[in-house]
Amino acid sequence: MKLRTFNQGGVHPPENKISADIPIKILGVPQQICIPIHQHLGAPAVPVVEKGDKVKVGTLIAKKGTAFISANIHSSVSGTVAKIDDVLDATGYKNKAVVINVEGDEWEDTIDRSDHLVPEIKLEPEEILKKIEEMGVVGLGGATFPAHIKYMVSNGRKSDTLVVNGAECEPFLTSDHRLMLERTDEIMIGIQIMMKSGQVDRAVIGIESNKPDAIENLRIKAQQFPGIEVIPLKVKYPQGAEKQLIKALLNREIPSGKLPLDVGVIINNVGTVLAIYEAVQKNKPLIERVVTITGKKLKTKGNFLVRIGVPAAMLLEALGEEIPEGTSKIISGGPMMGKALNSLDIPITKGTSGIILMDESEAWRREPVNCIRCAKCISVCPMGLEPYLLEKLAEREMFDRCEANAITDCMECGSCSYICPAARPLLDYIRYGKVNVMRIMRERR
Amino acid sequence: MNNRLVISLSPHIEGDFKVEKIMWGVVIALLPAFFASVYYYGFNAIKVVVLAVIFCIGSEYLIQKFILKYKEKVTAFDGSAAVTGLLLAFNVPSNIPWWQLLTGSIVAIGVAKMAFGGLGKNPFNPALVGRAFMLASFPVHMTTWPKPLENIWSFGADAVTSATPLGILKEGLNAGQTVEQMVEKLPGYFDMFIGNMGGCIGEVSALAILIGGIFMLYKKIITWYIPVFYLLSLAGFTGLFYLIDKSADPLFHLLAGGAMLGAWFMATDMVTSPMSIKGQIIFAIGGGILCGAIRIFGSYPEGCSYSILIMNAFVPLIDKYAKPRRFGKEVYNA
Repeated sequence: MKLRTFNQGGVHPPENKISADIPIKILGVPQQICIPIHQHLGAPAVPVVEKGDKVKVGTLIAKKGTAFISANIHSSVSGTVAKIDDVLDATGYKNKAVVINVEGDEWEDTIDRSDHLVPEIKLEPEEILKKIEEMGVVGLGGATFPAHIKYMVSNGRKSDTLVVNGAECEPFLTSDHRLMLERTDEIMIGIQIMMKSGQVDRAVIGIESNKPDAIENLRIKAQQFPGIEVIPLKVKYPQGAEKQLIKALLNREIPSGKLPLDVGVIINNVGTVLAIYEAVQKNKPLIERVVTITGKKLKTKGNFLVRIGVPAAMLLEALGEEIPEGTSKIISGGPMMGKALNSLDIPITKGTSGIILMDESEAWRREPVNCIRCAKCISVCPMGLEPYLLEKLAEREMFDRCEANAITDCMECGSCSYICPAARPLLDYIRYGKVNVMRIMRERR
Repeated sequence: MNNRLVISLSPHIEGDFKVEKIMWGVVIALLPAFFASVYYYGFNAIKVVVLAVIFCIGSEYLIQKFILKYKEKVTAFDGSAAVTGLLLAFNVPSNIPWWQLLTGSIVAIGVAKMAFGGLGKNPFNPALVGRAFMLASFPVHMTTWPKPLENIWSFGADAVTSATPLGILKEGLNAGQTVEQMVEKLPGYFDMFIGNMGGCIGEVSALAILIGGIFMLYKKIITWYIPVFYLLSLAGFTGLFYLIDKSADPLFHLLAGGAMLGAWFMATDMVTSPMSIKGQIIFAIGGGILCGAIRIFGSYPEGCSYSILIMNAFVPLIDKYAKPRRFGKEVYNA
């Protein structure tokens, strides 16, 4: 059978899913924890605790701002607030964070900590959205878009399909894969919750064919539920990008500058689906997530359930390893879109899907040479852009022509820079151009 | 932490597709045609090809070292100069004097390539510029082709000469002969396909060129749009005139002269061809029509290299208007 995929562009980097067979383990908590108040897309949350306050696991410590796009932040540990200070996080900048001294592990009483499944959905659609918002659920695929907004902007517009993103197209990362194997029941209930709140009667789960066990697992479970379908996909990056995934699964194209809702689709990552299940059925805020720790030089790899705010270095400690000799790059997220870290002391946030350690031989970029106009960048661009042209235009600061050539459609997937035989810094210049074009567009308005 | 960490923007991994790999891939793809030429023209073909490659790499090296004064990063050995040398050699008769070849190499590398800023910056295909310069400067040598050898080891090259099929056709038509009268002088289609005819070193064997072309397609060095559309449009254009005046059929035009070499190796040159698929198709169709037009109406029997050079000049314009299909252009109607 021919597997579905998106039809324009894309690359296939070595998959390196070397941690796929390792079950999720629970990671402990350190003596002190830093929880950044800006872990999501949009405006930072506003701290509602002060130095000396006692908090429990699940206590609201920062409330979503007045801005439309923002999300609540909860404490992931119990203890005393030590300070609210600027802390270096994965962005490479110092950002405000709540620092908590950990004392015991006491949870808020409202949270259902038991293991048993709660299949019955009691809440009404409106209440479900409220709950998701209250529990600070954001998209866990990497973009950390506050989850409740995906439904809210729908006013008047009817969506017909829920797309569940299990593509995990980034090399190395396996956290979603493990979730689909180990938390299948919860994910199925989560999907039903979302179908109810979005008022859709069809759900499709897209999973790349390099995860046959997850496809099988979810397929068997999905048979019990009418309207839920599992669709295997050809392995191709960036299939986990929402526009590409919707194109691959439903053959619908989101117009430039529009949202999935404009084509009648609600889309969420499997990790988010699980978080929604826990928020709605168990009253549990988003205080932990699964993080992959991997690297070719590491002797052991792992997938851990990590409390938000735990320093990344603890993952390595849990494996019982030191940073391998010759490690020259540490990436938060996947190798295609992740951020290079300057230290392992940064806190794990809602958007951290993995920590990858790279050897010196892979860490450096090649020296760029002249563009040979091979047109590979055009052929791999999933958005149908001309990266070679945008690079030249941005380099010369010709931002009006950047805009005319649709630079703002770029989602920074990195396929062009990945494929470029001349090692041109394509995406770097496109980012520069994009930031400036967006600024100019804002000023015009 | 003892390690020094590299901080850079994503992506953090790179594909293994490199400029050198592409260029040496083209060199490998040219080998079948080279072997065919050795088979037909013997030692002379080896001599011309080796000399041209040495001249081209040498000019690039000397220009970068002594005129541009590059301290490091001399790119003469990245394979692109070797490709130019091979293609230039493939476009000349096997009995060309070495000094003419040297002139052509210097023009190809020095004028057509390095003067514009080196690999990737040249608007015209360097090998074709070199050839055009040689054809204008040394018309007699450039249009005197030795007959394919009976024996691969016979060295005396100047001895037997023959015209190319296109030359025979042009001369015959100018003298008022019909195609039927020329048939005896023209080689058969099978001979033309495998290369048993007079011509430039690398262009004679369509079979060998096809093998190289398929290799490049397999290695994803080229896409099929340019060669296929070039040959189709050449066949279409000449076919139209075949219906009118019954001179030479499209198959003859595809196999004769440099059409095959041009379509697979010259027009597909990445640097001098358009970027988008749409643009590549426009480029190829234009090239095929021009080639046919020069062959039928021009005073030269062969027009392949000029057709590509002319289309090279249109590339910036084509690139400006032929954009790739942007994602999300067709709006979904719910």
